[in-house]
Amino acid sequence: MLRAVIGRDLRLAMRRQADIVAAMFFFIIVVSLFPLGVGPEPDQLRRMAPGVLWVAALLATMLSLPRLFADDHRDGTLEQLTLAPQPLGVIVLGKVIAHWLVAGLPLVVLAPVLGIQFDLSSDALLVLTVSLLIGTPALSGIGAIGAALTLGVRGGGVLLSLLVLPLYIPVLIFGAGAVDATLSGLGPQAHLSLLGALALGGVFFAPWPTAAALRVALE
Amino acid sequence: MTDRVINWYKYASPQTFYPLAGKLIPWFWALAALFGIAGLTIGFLIAPTDAQQGEGYRIIFLHVPASWLSMFIYLVMAFWAGIGLAFNIRLSGMMASALAPTGALFAFLSLWTGALWGKPMWGTWWVWDARLTSELILLFLYIGFIALQAAIDDPRRADKAGAILALVGVVNIPIIYFSVKWWNTLHQGASVSLTKAPSMAAMMLWGMLLCALACWMYSIAIALMRVRTIMLERERHTDWVRALLSGNGHDTSRHP
Repeated sequence: MLRAVIGRDLRLAMRRQADIVAAMFFFIIVVSLFPLGVGPEPDQLRRMAPGVLWVAALLATMLSLPRLFADDHRDGTLEQLTLAPQPLGVIVLGKVIAHWLVAGLPLVVLAPVLGIQFDLSSDALLVLTVSLLIGTPALSGIGAIGAALTLGVRGGGVLLSLLVLPLYIPVLIFGAGAVDATLSGLGPQAHLSLLGALALGGVFFAPWPTAAALRVALE
Repeated sequence: MTDRVINWYKYASPQTFYPLAGKLIPWFWALAALFGIAGLTIGFLIAPTDAQQGEGYRIIFLHVPASWLSMFIYLVMAFWAGIGLAFNIRLSGMMASALAPTGALFAFLSLWTGALWGKPMWGTWWVWDARLTSELILLFLYIGFIALQAAIDDPRRADKAGAILALVGVVNIPIIYFSVKWWNTLHQGASVSLTKAPSMAAMMLWGMLLCALACWMYSIAIALMRVRTIMLERERHTDWVRALLSGNGHDTSRHP
Protein backbone atom coordinates (compact mmCIF):
# COMPACT_ATOMS: atom_id res chain seq x y z
CA MET A 1 0.00 0.00 0.00
CA LEU A 2 2.78 2.38 1.03
CA ARG A 3 4.67 1.66 -2.17
CA ALA A 4 1.54 2.04 -4.25
CA VAL A 5 0.82 5.50 -2.83
CA ILE A 6 4.43 6.62 -3.29
CA GLY A 7 4.49 5.26 -6.85
CA ARG A 8 1.23 6.93 -7.74
CA ASP A 9 2.25 10.31 -6.34
CA LEU A 10 5.60 10.15 -8.07
CA ARG A 11 3.97 9.30 -11.38
CA LEU A 12 1.59 12.23 -11.01
CA ALA A 13 4.47 14.54 -10.12
CA MET A 14 6.47 13.35 -13.15
CA ARG A 15 3.60 14.35 -15.40
CA ARG A 16 3.91 17.89 -14.11
CA GLN A 17 7.64 18.33 -14.04
CA ALA A 18 7.38 22.08 -14.48
CA ASP A 19 6.18 22.36 -10.89
CA ILE A 20 9.23 20.57 -9.55
CA VAL A 21 11.58 22.64 -11.67
CA ALA A 22 9.84 25.86 -10.60
CA ALA A 23 10.34 25.02 -6.92
CA MET A 24 14.00 24.25 -7.57
CA PHE A 25 14.52 27.56 -9.33
CA PHE A 26 12.73 29.33 -6.53
CA PHE A 27 15.34 27.84 -4.19
CA ILE A 28 18.18 28.94 -6.48
CA ILE A 29 16.83 32.47 -6.90
CA VAL A 30 16.20 33.06 -3.19
CA VAL A 31 19.71 31.88 -2.35
CA SER A 32 21.23 34.05 -5.11
CA LEU A 33 19.39 37.14 -3.90
CA PHE A 34 21.29 37.22 -0.61
CA PRO A 35 24.75 38.06 -1.98
CA LEU A 36 23.09 40.79 -4.05
CA GLY A 37 21.46 42.11 -0.92
CA VAL A 38 24.34 42.04 1.53
CA GLY A 39 27.37 42.38 -0.72
CA PRO A 40 29.94 39.97 -2.13
CA GLU A 41 32.52 39.79 0.71
CA PRO A 42 33.47 36.09 0.88
CA ASP A 43 33.94 36.10 4.67
CA GLN A 44 30.51 37.44 5.32
CA LEU A 45 28.92 35.12 2.76
CA ARG A 46 30.63 32.10 4.26
CA ARG A 47 29.20 32.95 7.67
CA MET A 48 25.73 33.48 6.28
CA ALA A 49 25.65 30.50 3.95
CA PRO A 50 24.20 27.82 6.29
CA GLY A 51 21.36 30.04 7.44
CA VAL A 52 20.56 31.36 3.97
CA LEU A 53 20.53 27.93 2.35
CA TRP A 54 18.42 26.46 5.12
CA VAL A 55 15.88 29.28 5.16
CA ALA A 56 15.60 29.03 1.38
CA ALA A 57 15.07 25.28 1.73
CA LEU A 58 12.23 25.86 4.23
CA LEU A 59 10.55 28.30 1.86
CA ALA A 60 11.01 26.08 -1.18
CA THR A 61 9.56 23.06 0.63
CA MET A 62 6.60 25.12 1.73
CA LEU A 63 5.94 26.25 -1.81
CA SER A 64 4.91 22.77 -2.88
CA LEU A 65 2.99 21.85 0.29
CA PRO A 66 -0.46 23.17 -0.69
CA ARG A 67 -0.51 20.69 -3.58
CA LEU A 68 0.17 17.75 -1.27
CA PHE A 69 -3.53 17.05 -0.75
CA ALA A 70 -5.30 19.70 -2.82
CA ASP A 71 -5.39 17.83 -6.14
CA ASP A 72 -6.57 14.61 -4.54
CA HIS A 73 -9.16 16.57 -2.60
CA ARG A 74 -10.50 18.24 -5.72
CA ASP A 75 -11.09 15.08 -7.73
CA GLY A 76 -12.37 13.07 -4.80
CA THR A 77 -9.43 10.66 -4.60
CA LEU A 78 -8.78 11.68 -1.03
CA GLU A 79 -12.20 10.55 0.11
CA GLN A 80 -11.66 7.20 -1.57
CA LEU A 81 -8.29 6.90 0.17
CA THR A 82 -9.89 7.47 3.58
CA LEU A 83 -12.17 4.53 2.84
CA ALA A 84 -9.23 2.21 2.24
CA PRO A 85 -8.81 -0.60 4.78
CA GLN A 86 -5.29 0.61 5.61
CA PRO A 87 -4.95 3.28 8.29
CA LEU A 88 -5.07 6.77 6.82
CA GLY A 89 -1.81 7.56 8.60
CA VAL A 90 0.04 5.01 6.47
CA ILE A 91 -1.35 6.53 3.29
CA VAL A 92 -0.31 9.97 4.51
CA LEU A 93 3.16 8.58 5.26
CA GLY A 94 3.37 7.45 1.63
CA LYS A 95 2.38 10.89 0.41
CA VAL A 96 4.93 12.50 2.74
CA ILE A 97 7.70 10.27 1.39
CA ALA A 98 6.66 11.05 -2.18
CA HIS A 99 6.60 14.76 -1.39
CA TRP A 100 10.11 14.54 0.01
CA LEU A 101 11.38 12.69 -3.08
CA VAL A 102 9.88 15.37 -5.30
CA ALA A 103 10.45 18.54 -3.25
CA GLY A 104 13.16 17.74 -0.71
CA LEU A 105 15.65 15.57 -2.55
CA PRO A 106 16.25 18.07 -5.41
CA LEU A 107 17.20 20.69 -2.81
CA VAL A 108 19.73 18.29 -1.30
CA VAL A 109 21.27 17.80 -4.73
CA LEU A 110 21.33 21.52 -5.52
CA ALA A 111 22.61 22.73 -2.14
CA PRO A 112 26.32 21.88 -2.61
CA VAL A 113 26.39 23.72 -5.93
CA LEU A 114 24.86 26.78 -4.33
CA GLY A 115 27.19 26.40 -1.35
CA ILE A 116 30.15 26.85 -3.69
CA GLN A 117 28.74 30.28 -4.56
CA PHE A 118 29.12 31.11 -0.90
CA ASP A 119 32.71 29.93 -0.81
CA LEU A 120 32.04 27.08 1.63
CA SER A 121 34.84 24.60 2.29
CA SER A 122 34.39 21.02 1.15
CA ASP A 123 33.84 19.85 4.74
CA ALA A 124 31.09 22.39 5.22
CA LEU A 125 29.55 21.47 1.85
CA LEU A 126 29.44 17.84 2.88
CA VAL A 127 27.81 18.63 6.21
CA LEU A 128 25.37 20.99 4.53
CA THR A 129 24.29 18.26 2.14
CA VAL A 130 24.02 15.67 4.90
CA SER A 131 22.06 18.05 7.14
CA LEU A 132 19.60 18.77 4.32
CA LEU A 133 19.37 15.07 3.55
CA ILE A 134 18.44 14.33 7.17
CA GLY A 135 16.39 17.45 7.80
CA THR A 136 14.18 17.84 4.74
CA PRO A 137 12.07 14.72 5.49
CA ALA A 138 11.08 16.42 8.76
CA LEU A 139 9.98 19.45 6.76
CA SER A 140 7.75 17.30 4.56
CA GLY A 141 6.29 15.53 7.60
CA ILE A 142 5.55 18.63 9.66
CA GLY A 143 4.36 20.47 6.59
CA ALA A 144 1.80 17.75 5.89
CA ILE A 145 -0.01 18.69 9.12
CA GLY A 146 -0.30 22.28 7.94
CA ALA A 147 -1.35 21.20 4.44
CA ALA A 148 -4.12 19.03 5.86
CA LEU A 149 -5.33 21.72 8.27
CA THR A 150 -5.57 24.34 5.53
CA LEU A 151 -7.10 22.00 2.95
CA GLY A 152 -9.87 23.81 1.13
CA VAL A 153 -9.59 26.84 3.41
CA ARG A 154 -9.66 30.28 1.85
CA GLY A 155 -6.27 31.99 1.83
CA GLY A 156 -4.74 28.57 2.38
CA GLY A 157 -1.26 29.34 1.08
CA VAL A 158 -0.49 32.26 3.36
CA LEU A 159 -2.17 30.55 6.28
CA LEU A 160 -0.07 27.45 5.69
CA SER A 161 3.15 29.42 6.06
CA LEU A 162 1.81 31.02 9.24
CA LEU A 163 1.10 27.61 10.76
CA VAL A 164 4.09 25.67 9.53
CA LEU A 165 7.04 28.08 9.72
CA PRO A 166 7.08 28.37 13.54
CA LEU A 167 7.07 24.58 13.75
CA TYR A 168 10.03 24.45 11.34
CA ILE A 169 12.25 26.47 13.66
CA PRO A 170 13.93 23.53 15.45
CA VAL A 171 14.82 21.93 12.11
CA LEU A 172 16.27 25.22 10.91
CA ILE A 173 18.30 25.68 14.09
CA PHE A 174 19.85 22.23 14.07
CA GLY A 175 20.29 22.09 10.30
CA ALA A 176 22.06 25.42 10.00
CA GLY A 177 23.74 24.78 13.36
CA ALA A 178 25.39 21.63 12.05
CA VAL A 179 27.09 23.58 9.27
CA ASP A 180 27.95 26.42 11.63
CA ALA A 181 29.51 23.97 14.03
CA THR A 182 31.65 22.56 11.22
CA LEU A 183 32.76 26.03 10.21
CA SER A 184 33.77 26.87 13.76
CA GLY A 185 35.53 23.52 14.20
CA LEU A 186 33.19 22.02 16.79
CA GLY A 187 32.05 19.08 14.70
CA PRO A 188 28.49 18.55 13.50
CA GLN A 189 27.67 15.21 15.19
CA ALA A 190 25.47 16.59 17.99
CA HIS A 191 23.40 18.72 15.65
CA LEU A 192 23.04 15.97 13.08
CA SER A 193 21.88 13.50 15.73
CA LEU A 194 19.22 15.93 16.96
CA LEU A 195 18.23 16.62 13.37
CA GLY A 196 17.87 12.88 12.84
CA ALA A 197 15.64 12.66 15.90
CA LEU A 198 13.47 15.48 14.57
CA ALA A 199 13.26 13.81 11.17
CA LEU A 200 12.21 10.47 12.66
CA GLY A 201 9.65 12.24 14.84
CA GLY A 202 8.44 14.38 11.96
CA VAL A 203 8.07 11.55 9.46
CA PHE A 204 6.59 8.90 11.71
CA PHE A 205 4.44 10.92 14.14
CA ALA A 206 3.23 13.73 11.92
CA PRO A 207 1.11 11.46 9.65
CA TRP A 208 -1.29 10.77 12.53
CA PRO A 209 -2.31 14.36 13.31
CA THR A 210 -2.33 14.87 9.54
CA ALA A 211 -4.78 12.00 9.15
CA ALA A 212 -6.96 13.47 11.90
CA ALA A 213 -6.87 16.87 10.20
CA LEU A 214 -7.80 15.30 6.85
CA ARG A 215 -10.80 13.61 8.41
CA VAL A 216 -11.87 16.95 9.84
CA ALA A 217 -11.44 18.59 6.44
CA LEU A 218 -13.48 15.90 4.69
CA GLU A 219 -16.41 15.91 7.12
CA MET B 1 -20.04 12.24 44.04
CA THR B 2 -22.54 11.38 41.35
CA ASP B 3 -24.24 14.73 41.86
CA ARG B 4 -21.00 16.43 41.03
CA VAL B 5 -20.53 14.50 37.82
CA ILE B 6 -24.04 15.35 36.73
CA ASN B 7 -23.38 18.99 37.50
CA TRP B 8 -20.32 19.01 35.31
CA TYR B 9 -22.21 17.62 32.39
CA LYS B 10 -25.01 20.02 33.01
CA TYR B 11 -22.73 22.99 32.55
CA ALA B 12 -21.11 21.54 29.46
CA SER B 13 -24.07 22.75 27.47
CA PRO B 14 -23.96 26.35 26.24
CA GLN B 15 -27.53 26.93 27.33
CA THR B 16 -26.76 26.29 30.99
CA PHE B 17 -23.25 27.66 30.90
CA TYR B 18 -24.30 31.02 29.51
CA PRO B 19 -26.11 32.23 32.65
CA LEU B 20 -23.50 30.62 34.91
CA ALA B 21 -20.72 32.50 33.12
CA GLY B 22 -22.77 35.67 33.40
CA LYS B 23 -22.97 35.21 37.15
CA LEU B 24 -19.27 34.39 37.51
CA ILE B 25 -17.89 37.26 35.44
CA PRO B 26 -18.44 40.08 37.99
CA TRP B 27 -16.75 37.99 40.66
CA PHE B 28 -13.67 37.44 38.55
CA TRP B 29 -13.55 41.11 37.64
CA ALA B 30 -13.78 41.99 41.35
CA LEU B 31 -11.00 39.53 42.19
CA ALA B 32 -8.88 40.91 39.35
CA ALA B 33 -9.36 44.46 40.63
CA LEU B 34 -8.65 43.44 44.21
CA PHE B 35 -5.47 41.51 43.40
CA GLY B 36 -4.44 44.20 40.95
CA ILE B 37 -4.77 47.03 43.49
CA ALA B 38 -2.98 45.00 46.15
CA GLY B 39 -0.21 43.90 43.79
CA LEU B 40 0.38 47.36 42.34
CA THR B 41 0.31 48.96 45.78
CA ILE B 42 2.98 46.57 46.98
CA GLY B 43 4.84 46.87 43.70
CA PHE B 44 4.98 50.65 43.50
CA LEU B 45 4.73 51.84 47.07
CA ILE B 46 6.05 49.14 49.39
CA ALA B 47 8.58 47.03 47.50
CA PRO B 48 12.11 48.37 47.96
CA THR B 49 14.14 49.90 45.15
CA ASP B 50 16.38 47.35 43.50
CA ALA B 51 20.04 47.66 44.34
CA GLN B 52 21.24 47.25 40.74
CA GLN B 53 18.33 48.31 38.58
CA GLY B 54 16.90 51.21 40.55
CA GLU B 55 13.21 51.96 39.98
CA GLY B 56 13.21 50.60 36.46
CA TYR B 57 12.81 47.04 37.62
CA ARG B 58 9.21 47.74 38.64
CA ILE B 59 7.99 46.82 35.18
CA ILE B 60 8.54 43.26 36.42
CA PHE B 61 5.12 43.48 38.02
CA LEU B 62 3.54 43.41 34.60
CA HIS B 63 6.25 41.67 32.63
CA VAL B 64 6.55 38.44 34.59
CA PRO B 65 2.79 37.87 35.06
CA ALA B 66 2.27 38.48 31.35
CA SER B 67 4.96 35.95 30.44
CA TRP B 68 3.61 33.34 32.84
CA LEU B 69 0.08 33.74 31.62
CA SER B 70 1.02 33.68 27.96
CA MET B 71 2.49 30.21 28.52
CA PHE B 72 -0.17 29.03 30.94
CA ILE B 73 -3.04 30.12 28.69
CA TYR B 74 -1.59 28.14 25.79
CA LEU B 75 -1.65 25.02 27.96
CA VAL B 76 -5.20 25.71 29.11
CA MET B 77 -6.25 26.40 25.52
CA ALA B 78 -4.69 23.14 24.33
CA PHE B 79 -6.35 21.34 27.24
CA TRP B 80 -9.81 22.60 26.29
CA ALA B 81 -9.11 21.96 22.63
CA GLY B 82 -8.06 18.39 23.41
CA ILE B 83 -11.13 17.78 25.57
CA GLY B 84 -13.30 19.18 22.81
CA LEU B 85 -11.66 16.94 20.23
CA ALA B 86 -11.79 13.81 22.36
CA PHE B 87 -15.30 14.10 23.75
CA ASN B 88 -16.84 16.20 21.02
CA ILE B 89 -18.00 18.93 23.38
CA ARG B 90 -18.93 22.17 21.68
CA LEU B 91 -18.26 24.32 24.71
CA SER B 92 -14.62 23.20 24.96
CA GLY B 93 -13.89 24.37 21.45
CA MET B 94 -15.54 27.68 22.20
CA MET B 95 -13.41 28.05 25.35
CA ALA B 96 -10.25 27.41 23.33
CA SER B 97 -11.12 30.07 20.78
CA ALA B 98 -12.11 32.47 23.57
CA LEU B 99 -8.75 32.03 25.29
CA ALA B 100 -6.53 32.50 22.22
CA PRO B 101 -6.75 36.31 21.87
CA THR B 102 -6.02 36.80 25.57
CA GLY B 103 -3.00 34.51 25.33
CA ALA B 104 -1.75 36.38 22.28
CA LEU B 105 -2.27 39.66 24.10
CA PHE B 106 -0.17 38.49 27.04
CA ALA B 107 2.57 37.16 24.77
CA PHE B 108 2.66 40.54 23.05
CA LEU B 109 2.63 42.41 26.37
CA SER B 110 5.43 40.26 27.63
CA LEU B 111 7.56 41.09 24.59
CA TRP B 112 6.68 44.75 24.72
CA THR B 113 7.34 45.23 28.43
CA GLY B 114 10.48 43.17 27.99
CA ALA B 115 11.67 45.59 25.32
CA LEU B 116 10.84 48.56 27.53
CA TRP B 117 12.72 46.94 30.36
CA GLY B 118 15.65 45.90 28.24
CA LYS B 119 16.35 49.36 26.84
CA PRO B 120 17.36 51.05 30.13
CA MET B 121 18.90 47.90 31.66
CA TRP B 122 20.89 46.42 28.78
CA GLY B 123 20.84 49.37 26.40
CA THR B 124 18.94 47.46 23.74
CA TRP B 125 15.31 46.82 22.88
CA TRP B 126 15.86 43.29 21.82
CA VAL B 127 18.42 40.52 22.24
CA TRP B 128 18.17 37.12 20.64
CA ASP B 129 18.03 35.50 24.01
CA ALA B 130 16.46 32.06 24.34
CA ARG B 131 13.54 33.29 26.41
CA LEU B 132 12.75 36.26 24.22
CA THR B 133 12.96 34.18 21.09
CA SER B 134 10.73 31.42 22.40
CA GLU B 135 8.20 33.99 23.63
CA LEU B 136 8.17 35.44 20.11
CA ILE B 137 7.59 31.98 18.65
CA LEU B 138 4.77 31.44 21.15
CA LEU B 139 3.18 34.61 19.83
CA PHE B 140 3.50 33.17 16.29
CA LEU B 141 1.77 29.99 17.44
CA TYR B 142 -1.12 32.00 18.88
CA ILE B 143 -1.40 34.03 15.69
CA GLY B 144 -1.45 30.82 13.64
CA PHE B 145 -4.22 29.37 15.81
CA ILE B 146 -6.33 32.52 15.56
CA ALA B 147 -5.74 32.84 11.81
CA LEU B 148 -6.66 29.21 11.17
CA GLN B 149 -9.90 29.51 13.11
CA ALA B 150 -10.72 32.79 11.40
CA ALA B 151 -10.20 31.28 7.95
CA ILE B 152 -12.62 28.39 8.42
CA ASP B 153 -16.28 29.32 8.18
CA ASP B 154 -17.81 26.20 9.67
CA PRO B 155 -17.36 26.58 13.44
CA ARG B 156 -17.26 22.83 14.10
CA ARG B 157 -14.46 22.35 11.62
CA ALA B 158 -12.69 25.46 12.91
CA ASP B 159 -12.80 24.02 16.43
CA LYS B 160 -11.43 20.67 15.42
CA ALA B 161 -8.73 22.03 13.11
CA GLY B 162 -7.72 24.52 15.80
CA ALA B 163 -7.63 21.73 18.37
CA ILE B 164 -5.26 19.63 16.27
CA LEU B 165 -3.04 22.66 15.74
CA ALA B 166 -3.05 23.53 19.45
CA LEU B 167 -2.12 19.97 20.40
CA VAL B 168 0.66 19.83 17.81
CA GLY B 169 1.84 23.17 19.16
CA VAL B 170 1.90 21.90 22.74
CA VAL B 171 4.02 18.92 21.73
CA ASN B 172 6.34 21.25 19.88
CA ILE B 173 6.74 23.94 22.53
CA PRO B 174 9.36 22.06 24.59
CA ILE B 175 11.22 21.08 21.40
CA ILE B 176 11.21 24.67 20.20
CA TYR B 177 12.22 25.96 23.63
CA PHE B 178 15.21 23.66 23.96
CA SER B 179 16.34 24.12 20.38
CA VAL B 180 16.27 27.88 20.82
CA LYS B 181 18.12 27.55 24.11
CA TRP B 182 20.90 25.48 22.58
CA TRP B 183 21.04 27.71 19.55
CA ASN B 184 21.42 30.65 21.88
CA THR B 185 24.22 29.16 23.98
CA LEU B 186 26.08 28.29 20.79
CA HIS B 187 25.73 31.81 19.42
CA GLN B 188 26.17 33.61 22.72
CA GLY B 189 28.29 36.60 21.82
CA ALA B 190 28.78 39.71 23.93
CA SER B 191 25.21 39.51 25.11
CA VAL B 192 23.59 40.06 28.45
CA SER B 193 22.61 37.41 30.90
CA LEU B 194 18.97 37.26 31.80
CA THR B 195 19.52 35.35 35.00
CA LYS B 196 18.28 37.52 37.77
CA ALA B 197 19.84 38.07 41.12
CA PRO B 198 19.24 34.86 43.06
CA SER B 199 17.62 36.53 46.05
CA MET B 200 14.56 38.61 45.54
CA ALA B 201 13.13 40.77 48.26
CA ALA B 202 10.05 39.12 49.74
CA MET B 203 7.92 42.16 49.01
CA MET B 204 8.89 42.12 45.33
CA LEU B 205 7.90 38.49 45.14
CA TRP B 206 4.56 39.17 46.81
CA GLY B 207 3.83 42.05 44.50
CA MET B 208 4.64 39.89 41.50
CA LEU B 209 2.50 36.99 42.68
CA LEU B 210 -0.46 39.26 43.40
CA CYS B 211 -0.14 40.88 39.98
CA ALA B 212 0.02 37.43 38.40
CA LEU B 213 -3.18 36.48 40.23
CA ALA B 214 -4.79 39.71 39.01
CA CYS B 215 -3.83 38.91 35.41
CA TRP B 216 -5.10 35.37 35.87
CA MET B 217 -8.48 36.52 37.16
CA TYR B 218 -8.65 39.08 34.36
CA SER B 219 -8.00 36.32 31.83
CA ILE B 220 -10.79 34.17 33.23
CA ALA B 221 -13.22 37.09 33.28
CA ILE B 222 -12.43 38.23 29.74
CA ALA B 223 -12.43 34.66 28.40
CA LEU B 224 -15.85 34.05 29.93
CA MET B 225 -17.15 37.26 28.40
CA ARG B 226 -15.76 36.25 25.04
CA VAL B 227 -17.12 32.73 25.27
CA ARG B 228 -20.58 34.17 25.99
CA THR B 229 -20.38 36.20 22.80
CA ILE B 230 -19.20 33.18 20.84
CA MET B 231 -22.06 31.11 22.25
CA LEU B 232 -24.64 33.67 21.16
CA GLU B 233 -23.10 33.87 17.71
CA ARG B 234 -22.93 30.14 17.13
CA GLU B 235 -26.17 29.17 18.80
CA ARG B 236 -28.18 31.94 17.23
CA HIS B 237 -30.61 29.45 15.68
CA THR B 238 -31.49 27.84 18.98
CA ASP B 239 -34.58 28.65 20.96
CA TRP B 240 -32.77 29.78 24.06
CA VAL B 241 -30.73 32.40 22.23
CA ARG B 242 -33.82 33.64 20.41
CA ALA B 243 -35.67 33.86 23.69
CA LEU B 244 -32.74 35.69 25.19
CA LEU B 245 -32.42 38.13 22.35
CA SER B 246 -36.10 38.64 21.62
CA GLY B 247 -36.14 41.33 24.30
CA ASN B 248 -33.59 43.27 22.27
CA GLY B 249 -35.64 42.98 19.09
CA HIS B 250 -32.93 41.17 17.13
CA ASP B 251 -34.10 39.12 14.20
CA THR B 252 -31.64 36.30 13.70
CA SER B 253 -33.91 34.05 11.69
CA ARG B 254 -32.81 35.36 8.32
CA HIS B 255 -29.22 34.27 8.71
CA PRO B 256 -28.30 31.03 6.93
